[in-house]
Amino acid sequence: MPQKRTVYLDYSASTPTDPRIVEAMMPYFTEVFGNASSAHAFGRKAENAIETARETVAKIFNCKSKEIIFTSGGSESDNLALRGAAWASKQKNGANHLITTPIEHSAVSKTMAQLAEVMDFDLTILPVDEAGLISLKNLEAAITEQTSVVSIIYANNEVGTVNPMPEIGKTTKKHNILFHTDAVQAAGQLSLDVEELGVDMMSISGHKFYGPKGVGVLFVREGVELIPSQSGGSHEHGIRAGTHNTPFIVGLAKALELAYEERDERLAHVTKLRDMLVDGITARIPQAHLTGHPEQRLPSHASFVFDDMDANKLLIHMDMRGVAASSASACKTGNPEPSGTLLALGYKREDAFGGLRLTVSHHTSEEDIAYAIDVIVESAETVYKLQKTLAK
Amino acid sequence: MSKADTRVVVAMSGGVDSSVAAALLVEQGYDVVGMMMRLWSDEAMGGAEHNRCCTPEQMADARRIADQLGIPFYVLDTKDVFRATVVQFFIDSHRDGFTPNPCMECNRHIRFEYLLENALALDADYLATGHYARIHKTDTGDFVLKKGIDDNKDQSYVLSVMGQYELSHTLFPVGEYPKPEVRQLAAKFGLNVESKKDSQDLCFLGKNDYRDFLQIHAPEIMQEGAIVLTNGDEIGRHEGLAKYTIGQRKGLGVNSNVPLYVIAKNPYLNALIVGSRDELGRDELTASRLNWMNGTPPTEPFRAEVKIRYKSEAQSALITPLSDERVHIQFDEPLRDITPGQGAVIYDGENCLGGGIIEKFEKTEKIAL
Repeated sequence: MPQKRTVYLDYSASTPTDPRIVEAMMPYFTEVFGNASSAHAFGRKAENAIETARETVAKIFNCKSKEIIFTSGGSESDNLALRGAAWASKQKNGANHLITTPIEHSAVSKTMAQLAEVMDFDLTILPVDEAGLISLKNLEAAITEQTSVVSIIYANNEVGTVNPMPEIGKTTKKHNILFHTDAVQAAGQLSLDVEELGVDMMSISGHKFYGPKGVGVLFVREGVELIPSQSGGSHEHGIRAGTHNTPFIVGLAKALELAYEERDERLAHVTKLRDMLVDGITARIPQAHLTGHPEQRLPSHASFVFDDMDANKLLIHMDMRGVAASSASACKTGNPEPSGTLLALGYKREDAFGGLRLTVSHHTSEEDIAYAIDVIVESAETVYKLQKTLAK
Repeated sequence: MSKADTRVVVAMSGGVDSSVAAALLVEQGYDVVGMMMRLWSDEAMGGAEHNRCCTPEQMADARRIADQLGIPFYVLDTKDVFRATVVQFFIDSHRDGFTPNPCMECNRHIRFEYLLENALALDADYLATGHYARIHKTDTGDFVLKKGIDDNKDQSYVLSVMGQYELSHTLFPVGEYPKPEVRQLAAKFGLNVESKKDSQDLCFLGKNDYRDFLQIHAPEIMQEGAIVLTNGDEIGRHEGLAKYTIGQRKGLGVNSNVPLYVIAKNPYLNALIVGSRDELGRDELTASRLNWMNGTPPTEPFRAEVKIRYKSEAQSALITPLSDERVHIQFDEPLRDITPGQGAVIYDGENCLGGGIIEKFEKTEKIAL
């Protein structure tokens, strides 16, 4: 075993804020502190920073500035989009049917469930295949006269599978239905061109691409009506009330800009590391199997299931050896639930506790990956041996 | 081996004793890892608020203390093994007419087997808990379990299931202190737990009484039946054998000129056997599943002191080893509340020698047949 090091392999959970971004944010805590809604010079300076940030994001999204809404993060964007569009459509023409998938982030799945259970919407949850992909045929079949909103995750957080956005977009457009996607994991790695993707609403979150936590974006196509979740002042075209968080909005825009400027180098690096992980782990641990799509997956994302293993135990042993990763059933309370995503992909209940997610960064080195593979192999051996001892 | 190179996994509950144990170990310079077991999720008991232990709140408390102490903290999902060993044993024992001590069973199968093995797998040298007992090493290299310094809090009774292997890998940091001093230490360490209540036994029962628990989880053993005298005469009805304990006088609901006590249970006839105070008194018992802490069962009779309940005084007795890990215990004076299923734990002064489970009194049980 080489000398102990600390290796963070949970960049899908959060990323460190790039120092260049922290630097860009700093003046907006102190010098440019005005309320962007104020009419005076202090307010105008803040407003200018926010509108510049909005233009930066709009350029990457290939949309109009006014189609960009700043929020507190991915969860808020998802909530605002789904509840806002579902209610507005119902009010307008009585449309009462929503469509989603079983592999959404909980910000989407729980909002959809609430709309169905508390607010009486009809909800269809599309099946996915063993890689986590939805089929257009199933989508077509689910659409009715009453369908108002479809929400399908761009890149799945747990198994990394990337859904065919443009094809889904064409389908929803054909039926004149609103298409929302949670692009939180995709942002920084995949195209966010809303014309190419064919989306009407799209959520991203700043801290997944080396920006600050607590800030996000919701793209809302011009002409799409939303009922605000948070009412109050007329900020963000009256769709999202609350004083603008100037430094965080500036930070998000800068982080997104850098991510797409440096995208080719970053992706080349993370793809190589990801493939090292997949090859190393499946070669050295016969009980480990790749989950999600082998090719149509996030470049930074490797995920596995382990036979006969509670991944929470594996994570403890990895953490003690300095390697930080996550599991879908990860839980701080010792009361793990099987991963809903793995169950939807067709894994058996007992296998759905064994998911391990490793997500890398352009900061991660090949030495880090080599060390992490050694640690994962050793940890898995220890846990299997322990389970054998206790089974006696 | 220096303390910094000695890894100790400390079992944390968010309570006073285990929190102070963790803090003491950190202060002494060990490489400390906090661990908490999720023993029970009580959907069947109507939600987590009914659980005394491992509530989200207690987990948050333990995690906060670990963070303050700067140690890693993990929660182990122990639900399946806890249910399969401790809870099932608890139900089965009641079904068979015993009054079990699940804490002993938990220490046997959960703390000093499941948790200990998990700790050792993390390259720990020791498992530490917040129990009030002491482990000393003799000149010959044997490990001896001694009563805690604080006689009121001594927990050696429920630790009598340990052997040399377990003792050699265990630390009881608070066993050397009286409880009031442990509370002072908690305040000194700034852990914000010094005024928490002492933890309860039967953690998995929650707010409910053990009778409610059995009513939910084993309703078949909570059937009404006859209350009989030792001559077989039925004098009333009981509400389920598990609701009664040996020596109980109140709440029997029978009329009698002399005070009547529960003296035995017959699960086969679902009969509760009651008798006078004289019939209750008993000066001997047999115990099975004997664990000798030094690993060597005695061959000759010897004199020692025996505790027949967690909170009872140790009584002088003559111990005669029998075959099949059993002993016969002859007390100098009769005792009123010898209860099948409870532990009979043998002491030589402050040293715990071992213990077993009190067997049923076949003769008394059969009187009513």
